[in-house]
Amino acid sequence: MSKWSGREAIIGWLFALPALLMYAVFVLLPFLLTIVYSFYKWNGTGPMTWVGLKNYVTVFQVPNLIGTVSNAFWLVIWFSFIPVGLGLVVASVIHRLATGRFGEIARTVLFLPQVIALVAAGIIWGWLFSLSGLVNQILKFIGLGAITRAWLGDFDWALSAVGIIGIWVLLGFCTVLLSTGISKIDPALFESARIDGASWFTEFFTITVPLLRHEVSVCLTVTVIAALAAFDIVYVATAGGPGNSTAVPGLQIYILAFTQRAVGLASALAVILMTLVIVVIIPIQRLSREESAQ
Amino acid sequence: MNKKSKFLSFAVLLVLVSLILAACGTPATTAAPAAPAATEAPKAEVVATEVPATQPAATEAPAVAGPNCGTDAVVLKASFETGFDLPFKLAEEFTKQYPNVTWDISQDQFANLINSTPLVLASDNAPDLLRLPTMVSFAKDGLLLNLDPYATAFGWNDWPVPQLNQNRIDADGVRGSGTLYAMGLNYSLTGIFYNKALAAQIGMTEPPKTVAEFEDLLAKAKAAGLQPIMMWGSAKSGMGLAFPLQNLMAAYGPVGPINDWIYQKAGATIDTPENLIAAQHLEQWIKNGYFPADINAIEYTDAAARFGKGEGVFTFNGDWQNAGYDKDLPGNVGFFLMPPAEAGGGYAAMSAPLTFGIAAKAKNPDCAAFFLNWVATNPEARKIDVAVGGSNPGGPVDAEMPAVAAGSVTAETLAAGPVMGADGGAMDFIANATSSIFAQGWTPELQKMVAGQQDAAGLLKAVQEEYEREIAQQ
Repeated sequence: MSKWSGREAIIGWLFALPALLMYAVFVLLPFLLTIVYSFYKWNGTGPMTWVGLKNYVTVFQVPNLIGTVSNAFWLVIWFSFIPVGLGLVVASVIHRLATGRFGEIARTVLFLPQVIALVAAGIIWGWLFSLSGLVNQILKFIGLGAITRAWLGDFDWALSAVGIIGIWVLLGFCTVLLSTGISKIDPALFESARIDGASWFTEFFTITVPLLRHEVSVCLTVTVIAALAAFDIVYVATAGGPGNSTAVPGLQIYILAFTQRAVGLASALAVILMTLVIVVIIPIQRLSREESAQ
Repeated sequence: MNKKSKFLSFAVLLVLVSLILAACGTPATTAAPAAPAATEAPKAEVVATEVPATQPAATEAPAVAGPNCGTDAVVLKASFETGFDLPFKLAEEFTKQYPNVTWDISQDQFANLINSTPLVLASDNAPDLLRLPTMVSFAKDGLLLNLDPYATAFGWNDWPVPQLNQNRIDADGVRGSGTLYAMGLNYSLTGIFYNKALAAQIGMTEPPKTVAEFEDLLAKAKAAGLQPIMMWGSAKSGMGLAFPLQNLMAAYGPVGPINDWIYQKAGATIDTPENLIAAQHLEQWIKNGYFPADINAIEYTDAAARFGKGEGVFTFNGDWQNAGYDKDLPGNVGFFLMPPAEAGGGYAAMSAPLTFGIAAKAKNPDCAAFFLNWVATNPEARKIDVAVGGSNPGGPVDAEMPAVAAGSVTAETLAAGPVMGADGGAMDFIANATSSIFAQGWTPELQKMVAGQQDAAGLLKAVQEEYEREIAQQ
């Protein structure tokens, strides 16, 4: 059932051509080259040497490389589950209680972290989490002086501290997306629920959450990728320290490729990371599709 | 206080800007910068570089013998490191003396130079003169100009030997001897800086002569409730404990094997019995609480600032920080070299050239080489070198040392240089052995040691393994 004539199809492709070219040059080509590089030993400028699967073997042998994957999964809780869960609650509360000007301001404030340059945010969070920083001052004030520490320099807590920065960055994104979703739900549903005397709680679990499946799956997809392929937040907060306790694959790829100039090894780790992301993301996508098909 | 108010005004500014952006309805998508390390370095872009390629070694200029900048207009294309004024000031002075030479300077942070330099060197638009973050792999790939002909022409080979050796690379890619690939704009010196007022408080009347005497002072500082040593250790700046560790290594063992390891001589190892003793001392210092409790979160600039505010009796650092110390604590900062293990032993220190090279594809190599020679020999250049850079300008044996203010810490570091030089104790940094041994080896393993998760033996073993792995990747 060809709706288009040949001429129209050609015009259509011509319109898409610039975008396709960009996609091919800046996405597909690097993607393929990364796979190719992963089979070579190469410093980025000198001659390339074929090494077969050796780079992949090295990645799995060196704890500093493969070990960072578990850190990335730990970050999924902080970068994805908490912002999405919290975002649902916040969006729903704003929708029910704070319509109009106040809701607008609340959304803007929550969205601010997306606008602030992350490098500046990293410096500010560094001060907040420092030994004499605001976080420890508050803890001392409420009588928890015993647990104060330099959070970003502590082996047990640094990764969670990075996670909190992640919540700060990603909560606004989730809230705004989910708020938009809620505003698309038929207001009659909420109205009838309220006439029936439904609490916020009932409303939340019977109307808001079920009808926001699509938005939730988009949020999950974006934030899970942000966690597994994390680089920027970790780089500005801790640079992987202390002692690799916050190192993630994205950071190691950067160090391997640009500091150590082991482009092949970096590419092998990148391919593994890419595979991992795809393996995790596909079920999330499928879940949302199945649910919408019901 | 100052920091707080700065933070406040900064935060207010951020909020304002963000509000304006939000109010404008900008659909601000994730503003995460792809390029890390906050490089807002203004990239001076090429305006007009149609420099006529001068013939190398063909001296048409009448005035000066040997390679020079001639009399025609020359635009020297240069790549410098952001945040270090010295090369910029030298370039300015050079143009004053040789008006036919103007500059086209691009600049970037050190960490970014490591990433971008190979690509810049390989490009058709390679700089004439550039700050080299590392050099062995560039030399191996044929990206750097062999400076031996210039060394002969200018008589560099007659300068005190250690100056040039760190910039020589042999056929196997081992540093320390062979072909000359770079020159130093100056030669930094590291050691122990101390707060004179606090040192007097713990009864230090003269610099310690042995490690034991120094450890005695550390114990006294601890007992007096002072911070014995201020040091940084965040992965964002790299772990500063590599400084005291290497100083201890050179106190308990000879310098030669340490340099062999840094220069990647075949079979070199850092895991030696002498270094184990050194690492055990460092471990003990950590356990005794001589370093700040939050060291793993302290960045380089924070440590320098905290020392400047009087937190810390001692700090291990290099003379590049002199200007900062003299500003924060004028007349109150002293310097001594790490003392040897036994009284009367030789003094050693990390001392590295501020390395500049010439691209193999440079269009004005003669002029660039002439500049490098001028920096070390011209009295005005040497004066700038010491005043701005804080380090020894190197050069010929008989070159006059520019005068510095008495009582300044620069006067003390300059005086310490020859002491270390006479003992043949110059070392490069163990953090520079490979391009990422600092990020992947020393920093994480020393951070673990701070947290009690790594001991002296494990530290050396882990770093050695990482070292071998990285060399195998080269």
